[in-house]
Amino acid sequence: MKDLVENILNLARLKKVDYADVRIVRRQKEEIAVKNGEMEALTWDEDFGFGIRVLFQGAWGFACSSKVDKKEREKTFHRAWKISREGSRIQPKKISFPHAPPVVARYQTPISVNPFRVSPETKLKLLLEADAVIRRNKKVKISEAFLGAYQTEKTFASTEGSFVEQGIVECGAGISATVIEGGEIQVQSYPNSFRGNFATQGYEWVEELKIGSHGERIAEEAVQLLSAKPCPSGITTLILDGSQLALQVHESIGHPIELDRILGTEASYAGTSFLKPKRVDDFQFGSEKVNIVADATFPGGLGTSGFDDEGVKAQRVPIISRGKLVNLLTSRETAFLLGKESNGTMRADGWNRLPLIRMTNINLEPGEWTLEQMITGTEEGLFLSTNRSWSIDDQRINFQFGTEVGWEIKAGKLGGMVKNPTYTGITPQFWNSCDAVANRDHWQMWGTPNCGKGEPGQVAHVGHGTAPARFRNVRVGVK
Amino acid sequence: MIRREAGLKMLKKLIHESPADQTEALLLTEDSSLARFTPTAIHQHVAERNWTLILRVALGKRIAVVTTNILQPSSLKTLMQKAISLAKNQPPNESFVSLPEPKPIPEINTFFNNIRRLTPMRKVKTIQEILSLVKEKGFSASGAFSHGEVELIVVNSLGVEAYQKFSDLFLHLIVQNGKGSGYASFISRDLDQLQIEPWVKTAVTKAQGGSPVQVEPGEYEVILEPEAVRELMVFLGYLGFHALAVQEGRSFFCNEFGKKMVHEKVTIYDDGLDPQGLQVPFDFEGVPKQKVIFFEGGVAKNVTYDSLTAGKEGRESTGHGLIPPNTEGPIPINLFMQGGDSHLEEMIRSVRRGIYVTRFHYTNVVEPMKTVITGMTRDGTFWIEEGEIKNPVKNLRFTESVLKALSRVKAVSQGRKICSSGSVYGRRFINGTVAPAIQADGFNFSGVSSL
Repeated sequence: MKDLVENILNLARLKKVDYADVRIVRRQKEEIAVKNGEMEALTWDEDFGFGIRVLFQGAWGFACSSKVDKKEREKTFHRAWKISREGSRIQPKKISFPHAPPVVARYQTPISVNPFRVSPETKLKLLLEADAVIRRNKKVKISEAFLGAYQTEKTFASTEGSFVEQGIVECGAGISATVIEGGEIQVQSYPNSFRGNFATQGYEWVEELKIGSHGERIAEEAVQLLSAKPCPSGITTLILDGSQLALQVHESIGHPIELDRILGTEASYAGTSFLKPKRVDDFQFGSEKVNIVADATFPGGLGTSGFDDEGVKAQRVPIISRGKLVNLLTSRETAFLLGKESNGTMRADGWNRLPLIRMTNINLEPGEWTLEQMITGTEEGLFLSTNRSWSIDDQRINFQFGTEVGWEIKAGKLGGMVKNPTYTGITPQFWNSCDAVANRDHWQMWGTPNCGKGEPGQVAHVGHGTAPARFRNVRVGVK
Repeated sequence: MIRREAGLKMLKKLIHESPADQTEALLLTEDSSLARFTPTAIHQHVAERNWTLILRVALGKRIAVVTTNILQPSSLKTLMQKAISLAKNQPPNESFVSLPEPKPIPEINTFFNNIRRLTPMRKVKTIQEILSLVKEKGFSASGAFSHGEVELIVVNSLGVEAYQKFSDLFLHLIVQNGKGSGYASFISRDLDQLQIEPWVKTAVTKAQGGSPVQVEPGEYEVILEPEAVRELMVFLGYLGFHALAVQEGRSFFCNEFGKKMVHEKVTIYDDGLDPQGLQVPFDFEGVPKQKVIFFEGGVAKNVTYDSLTAGKEGRESTGHGLIPPNTEGPIPINLFMQGGDSHLEEMIRSVRRGIYVTRFHYTNVVEPMKTVITGMTRDGTFWIEEGEIKNPVKNLRFTESVLKALSRVKAVSQGRKICSSGSVYGRRFINGTVAPAIQADGFNFSGVSSL
C-alpha cells in the first residue's frame, strides 16, 4: 500500500502542489433482514477504491476511481490536479491550509469476536428466532429483525509525510413489530428504531443486545398502542428517553456546531446554522445542566476511530459546558480561520467522497438524577421513547420530533400510554428548559448510522451518549 | 464507460457460469463531477469513476445478493461462489416466483454528447458567470453544479438483456440577501437546455423582498410551487403508490381503489417514457417501464409492481424494480402530476390572504396511513394579500396530511417543471418529478422558525 500512495504523492510533489493527500479505502458489509419469518434480504457488499485531494495555488480538486492500477492512479491524480488548477484561476479567495507535523500510526477497533467470522447461518438463526417471538402475537402484521456487520480498512497518506492505517469494525442489530388496524399503523422497536443500535464493536455487541428477549414486549406494546389515547396537545413537561434524546442531540446540537455549516459551505444542501463563530464562549446554548462533549475516543461509540481523514488524532473536546457554547466541530482548514487547531472531525463516506466535518460521538454528559426521581418530581407531563420521525429547519432552529410511544405523567407517576406523540421547539429555548439529566446508571451510547450531509451525498456513522433528561414548557401533540 | 457490447458480454459470461437456478447481473457505471460554490470559493470540486456489479442468485426460492466494484475475473469468480454459498444456507423466500422474462425494450435517447463539453474549466467559468450575475444585484450565492454519465446494464438467465446510457446535469442555486434567500434548480439530460441568465434571475427575484416578517401558525390558503408539490408527490410514492405497501396493508390505498380520495383536479402517474421527464426505458430488473396511474380525476387507481410483488399476485411487473436487494418496495421514481388549466399569475391574483411556498426542507412522516408529514419552508416563502405577493415571511413549519391538502386543491397550473433534489447517496442515478404549481385551501402551518 505504501508504494501505491507514494507513487501518487510523488506525482503531486512534481507538480509542486500546496498539499495533497490520498485515501485508499476497502469496505465490506454483510446485512441480513428477516421479515414475517422469511428472508427479506441477505447481502454481502465490497467496495474498493482511492481518492486524491489536491490543493494547488489555493484551490481544491478531488478525483477518485475504483480501478487501482498504475495507469488509472496517474490519470486520477491528473484529473484532481487539473480541477484544482482550473479552480485556482478564478478563485476569488485563495484557500489557506495550515501545515501539520507528519503522523505515522495504525489504529484498529478493539473487538472480541470478528462479526465476519460468525457464519451467516448463526446470524440468521438469531434473527429468525427473534422474529418468531414477535409473531407469536397474532395481532402483529409485520415482524422484522435486522443484523448488519461492517468493516473498513483505510490508508491515509499526505505530502506532509503522514501515513495512517485504520481498521474499523462496526455491527448492530434490532427488531420491530408493526400493527395495522383501522387505518392506523403503530410500531415498536428494540433497542432502537430504524434497524436497531450500532457500535464500533465486534459480534459481542450483537449478543449483548439480546434481541430475542424483547420480542414479546414490543409486540404487546405495539398492540396496546392501537387502543391508547392520542397524545394530548398543549404545553407540558417532557422527559425523553436516551434513544430519542440521542437524535435530539444529533439534530439540534450536533449539526449546528459543525463549522462548515456555520461558514456557509453546506448552504446549498443541508443548510447553515443559527450559530456564528463569535458565539463561542458567549452563548448560553442550554441550561447549566447541559454538558456536551465531542468524543471520538469513547470505546464502542459508532463515531469512534483513531484519526480523522486529515490525519488528525481522535480527541475528546468539550462543546457545551454548563450550558455555554465553548467549542465547535472543526477541520484543519476551518479551524485555521478561527486561529485554532482542528479537533479531528473530517471524515469521508468511503474512497469516493471528500472528507467533511462530521460528528464523532456527540455526548450529553450524565447528570445526577435517577429516572425515577425525574418522574416523581414531575406533577404533569409526558415520558416519550424511541424516535419515529424527525424534522428541523435549515438553520437548526425549529424542530419537530415524533416517537413510537409515550406515557402520561400525573402527580409524579407514570400513567397511561399515549400514541402518536409529537413535540416541537426552538433549539436554544428547548435546551435552556432542561432542568434534569439522569445519572451514569441510565447513560448509554446510541449509534446513528444514517447521518446525511454533503454533495454528492455522504452517510456518516456517528454516536451519541445520552441519559434521559427533563425539559419544561414544551409544546406537545403538534397540530 | 464500458459500452454496450463489452458490458453485455461481461454480464452474459457471468450468467453463463452461474450454477444457480436463476441469476441476474446488474452493472452500473458512473463518470461524474460535482462542484460546490460559495460567494468566495469553489470549495469542493470532485470527480468520480466507479463501476458497481450487483449479482442476484436464486437457488429455488433461496436468494442472495452480492455487490462488488472489484471487477477482475478472479474477483468475479469469488463473488459468484460467495453468492451461491449465502443462498444455500438460508430458508426459502416463499414470495419469490421468478426473475422477469425478457420483453421488448423501447428505444429512446437518454444520452446527450454535449455534456462532454463540461470540462473543469467550462464548469468553473459557468460558476463564475453565476456568481457575477448574483453579485451585480448586490447578493451572494451558494450552489452546486453536477453532471454525469451513467450506464445501466441488466442481464438475467431467462434472457433479459438491457443496456442504456444516460447523461445528467443538475444545478441548484441559493441566493442570499443577508435577511432571506431565493432558490432555483435545473435538471436535464441535455446541456443545451441550460440558460444561465434567466435561471439565475429566478433565484435573485425571490431574494429581493427585504426582511421577512413573522406570520402566526395556522391554516392558510397556499400556492405551492412545483418543487414543493414534488415533495408531497414523492412522499405519496414512498408511502402508498406501490404494491408492497398495499400487500402489507400499510398503504393509504388499502380498501380505497376505485374511490375518490383527492380533488378531481388531481391526476398523478408514473411514466418512465414521457419525454417531459427524465426518461428511463427499463427498471433495475431489465423490465420495460409501463405508465401507471395512481390518481385519475382524484380516484385511486393502480400501484407499481416489481417482479417480487407481481409474483405474489400472479401478475406482471410494471417495470418499477429498484436496485436489489430492495426492501422498500417498487417505489415509483418517474412521477408526474397532470397540469391544470390555470396560470400561476391568475392563481396568485385569486388569493385574498395566503402563503406562497417555493420549496420544503427536511420533510418526514408523522402518521403514515393518514399521509401526515411535517417539514419546513425554505428559500422563498411569501405573504400574499389581495392577489399580490407582498413580502417574504419567516420560514414556517407545516404538519399536514398530503391527501387532505390534495383534497383541497382549488387550482392546478398549466405549466409544469421537472424537479429533483439532485441527491446522490451511494450510486448515481438521478430521478426527476414533473409537477405543476397548485393552489390549496386550509394548509396547516404548525410553527415558525424564529429565535
